[in-house]
Amino acid sequence: MLITCPYCGPRDVIEFTYQGDGNRQRPQPASQDLDAWNAYVYDRLNPAGDHNEIWQHSGGCRAHLKVVRNTLTHEISSVAFARGDHKAAMRHKAEGKS
Amino acid sequence: MVERQSPLELAPLELELRTGSHGDFEHGIDVILSETRPGSILQLAAWPGQEKKLIAGIRTVTGLALPDGAGAGSTDGVRSVFGFAPGKFTVVDEAEGLGLAFANVVTPAIGTVTDLSHGRTAIRIAGPKAEWVLAKFFAIDFALPAFPVGAGRSTMHHDVFAQIQRTGADQFDIYVFRSFARSFWKALCHASEEVGYEVQ
Repeated sequence: MLITCPYCGPRDVIEFTYQGDGNRQRPQPASQDLDAWNAYVYDRLNPAGDHNEIWQHSGGCRAHLKVVRNTLTHEISSVAFARGDHKAAMRHKAEGKS
Repeated sequence: MVERQSPLELAPLELELRTGSHGDFEHGIDVILSETRPGSILQLAAWPGQEKKLIAGIRTVTGLALPDGAGAGSTDGVRSVFGFAPGKFTVVDEAEGLGLAFANVVTPAIGTVTDLSHGRTAIRIAGPKAEWVLAKFFAIDFALPAFPVGAGRSTMHHDVFAQIQRTGADQFDIYVFRSFARSFWKALCHASEEVGYEVQ
């Protein structure tokens, strides 16, 4: 499996570290909404198909990346830096546009 | 600065740095390995949005202009610079004290300067088979059009993180963690045996 890092180019998956489900929405640290925390910690979509994920290019530029990977074929359809537009992406998702 | 000793020369593995010809050298020496021992190895990082100021600062101090693009870099044989991550650069000088030269140029508002001179070991591999030997180590494209002179790459070999800069058409400088340098050097020697190598 190759992941095309936006900075380094195509690299073997061995250089990358999986950082978890990219769909999670972390509640505000002070939040006492237990359902929101429960969803953040436990609820996963587990789709058979395209999946939003966070990966880190730990064996390269060390950037965190937003990756869309197909869980059936391992096809990577999108890679972008996680930094910067993360909040915009979260808003996008919250508005039900994803 | 504290006096440095090469990790390749520490007992009991001082024999690792055996100068002379090794491996299958009867048919010619296709790779030359050496430790370059630069006086300064720095890591410079810009805060988001401050990258251009940092690049200008690098030019002011080193005289080296950074070309555009990810992993771009340049070298004049004495000083070298290359990008290894977004907004982050490795700067190397044969002389010590480069960190002090940056102190007044890269201000806290622009970014950070981290002196890694004691933490990295610089290994040079040169010769007509340098590309070929490195291709056994790292799953990246070493061909000249894909990896031009001056450019840098961050990658790893068996979990040993390595920064590689091409400093000539058939010459690469590899920066590895000092604590991994001896095992990496040994592996590089083994990999070079079949093409014949010389340690300088």
